[in-house]
Amino acid sequence: MSPVPRRAARRPASAGAELPRWVLAPAAVGALLVLLPLAALVLQVDWADLPALLSSEASRAALALSLRTSAAATALCVLLGVPMALVLARTSLPGLRVLRSLVLLPLVLPPVVGGLALLHAFGRRGLLGGQLEALGVSIAFTTAAVVLAQTFVALPFLVVSLEGALRTAGRRHEEVAAVLGAGPWTVLRRVTLPVVLPGLASGVVLSFARALGEFGATLTFAGSLQGTTRTLPLEVYLQRETDPDAAVALALLLVVVAAVVVVAVRGRPAL
Amino acid sequence: MRTAAGVVAVAALLLAACGGGDAAPPDTAPAGATAPAPAADGLDGTLTVFAAASLTEVVGELATVMEQEHPRLTVRTSFAGSSDLAAQVEQGAPADVLATADERTMQRVVDAGLAADPVPFATNTLAVVTPPDDPGGVASFADLARSGLAVVVCAPQVPCGAATERLEQLTGTTLTPVSEAGSVTDVLGAVTSGQADAGVVYATDARRAGDAVRTVAVPAADGAVNTYPVAVLDDAAEPAAARAFVDLLTGPEGREVLAQAGFGAPDGS
Repeated sequence: MSPVPRRAARRPASAGAELPRWVLAPAAVGALLVLLPLAALVLQVDWADLPALLSSEASRAALALSLRTSAAATALCVLLGVPMALVLARTSLPGLRVLRSLVLLPLVLPPVVGGLALLHAFGRRGLLGGQLEALGVSIAFTTAAVVLAQTFVALPFLVVSLEGALRTAGRRHEEVAAVLGAGPWTVLRRVTLPVVLPGLASGVVLSFARALGEFGATLTFAGSLQGTTRTLPLEVYLQRETDPDAAVALALLLVVVAAVVVVAVRGRPAL
Repeated sequence: MRTAAGVVAVAALLLAACGGGDAAPPDTAPAGATAPAPAADGLDGTLTVFAAASLTEVVGELATVMEQEHPRLTVRTSFAGSSDLAAQVEQGAPADVLATADERTMQRVVDAGLAADPVPFATNTLAVVTPPDDPGGVASFADLARSGLAVVVCAPQVPCGAATERLEQLTGTTLTPVSEAGSVTDVLGAVTSGQADAGVVYATDARRAGDAVRTVAVPAADGAVNTYPVAVLDDAAEPAAARAFVDLLTGPEGREVLAQAGFGAPDGS
C-alpha cells in the first residue's frame, strides 16, 4: 500500500469568471520588465568566444567552487532545515510564531547585512569566532565560510517549502499510522516524509539555486580568492572590471542554471 | 500543493532578484539643496560630476565650494569604482565631468571618443594597514609575505590591485593573500573588522580610516603611484560649468583639499 496521496485532478479553466481586459496591460509591462533585461543580456553574449570565455582557468575554478559549495550548503540545509520545518509545522511550542518569523528573516534581509551579521558571529573577532580561534578553528577566508554564508541565506527556502508542504498534507495519515501502532520514527520515515517529498524536492532545488547565487554575504564574510572563496557571482563581479565579455558569459551560465531551477520547480507534473 | 510550491517558487525568485542588488545605483543626491540666490554670474543649471570612490570627500567638498561661488549652479555628484563610472559613461550616462583613479580607465573613455585631453590632477600611493592592536606584528611591507599572516589585497583587475602588484615587483616581495577584494573599501573593511591581519590600501584610505587602523608606511610605494586624471566629457550638457569645475580641482584650492586628504601632486613632484 502506497503512502502517497491520490493526485488531485487538474481543475478545468472556468469559463464563467473572466478578468477585466485592462489587467492585461500592466501584466504585459511587468512581464517585459522581467524579460527585457534577460533578453538584453543574451543578446550581449559573444557566442563565438563563449567556449573560450567559459573554459578559462578562472571561470572553471569559480564554477567548480560554486557547485561544490552550493551542494554542501544544500546538504546542510536538508540536515538542519527538515527538522526545523517539522518542528514549525507539527509542534505547538510557545513562541513558535515568533521563532518562525525570525528564522525566515534571511529571506528578506539584504545579503550584505547577512554578511555583516555572520562576520560578527563567526568572524575572528566575532561572538563565537574568538572561541573557535582558541580551539584552532579558523573559518575566516576559507571555503567553509562560503558554505556557511550560503547555508544562512538558503536555509529559509527549504524550511518554507517543506513547512508549507507539511501543512497542506495535514496529519490524517500520520494519525492513522499511529493508531495502527507505528512509532514516531516509523511514522516520520514511512508516512510523513514520503508524503511531503515533492515539497522537499522544491525546497532542495530552491536552496541550491539561492546558494549558487549568493553574493553579498560571501563577499562581506568569506572574501574573494580564486579556487577558495571566489564563487561564480563574485567572479562575474570582478570580471566586469576588465573583461565585460567574460562577465556576460558567466552571467549567462547563471541565468541558464536559474532557468533550469524554475523549470524543475514549476514544470513538474501536477502534484 | 502545486499552488503552494508555485507561490514559494515565485516568492523565492522575486526575493532572490531583490536580494542580488549589491551593485547599487550611484548616489546622485544634490550636494547642496538650499535654494540659490540669484547672482551676477554666468554659471547656472545642474553640473553632474562622476568621480572615483576614493575622491568622495575631496569632490564633495569642492562641489560645495563651487555652489557657494556660483549660487545658481547645482552640483550633483556620483561616486563609484572607476570602471563602473567609465562603463556608465560609455552607456550614455548624463555626466559633465569624469575623474578616475587611474589613467588606464580614463583612456577607455578617451578611446571611445567620449572625452579628450584628460588632465592629471593627483597621485595616490599605497600603504599597509593593520588593526589598531596589530595582532600579526607587521612592521614593513616585506613582513606581509610571512606565512600564517592573513593579508587582504585588491584583485589585480582593479587599479589598487594593479598598483599592489607593481609594489610587489619593486620590493621583490611575493604576497599570498587570503583574499583579493574587488575594491579598496573591501580591503579596508576586512582590516577594520579584524578579519585580516593586514591589508594594502591607498594612502588616502589609510588616512581616512583614522584610528580604526594602524598605518605602516611603505617607502618603496612612491614607485607604485596611481595618477588620477579628470576630463570634461564631450557630451557635457554644461560645458562651461564643467570647465570651471576642472579648473577648481586642478587649481590651488583643489590642490589644498587634495593634499589634506593625503593625495600627492601630479608630475611625481
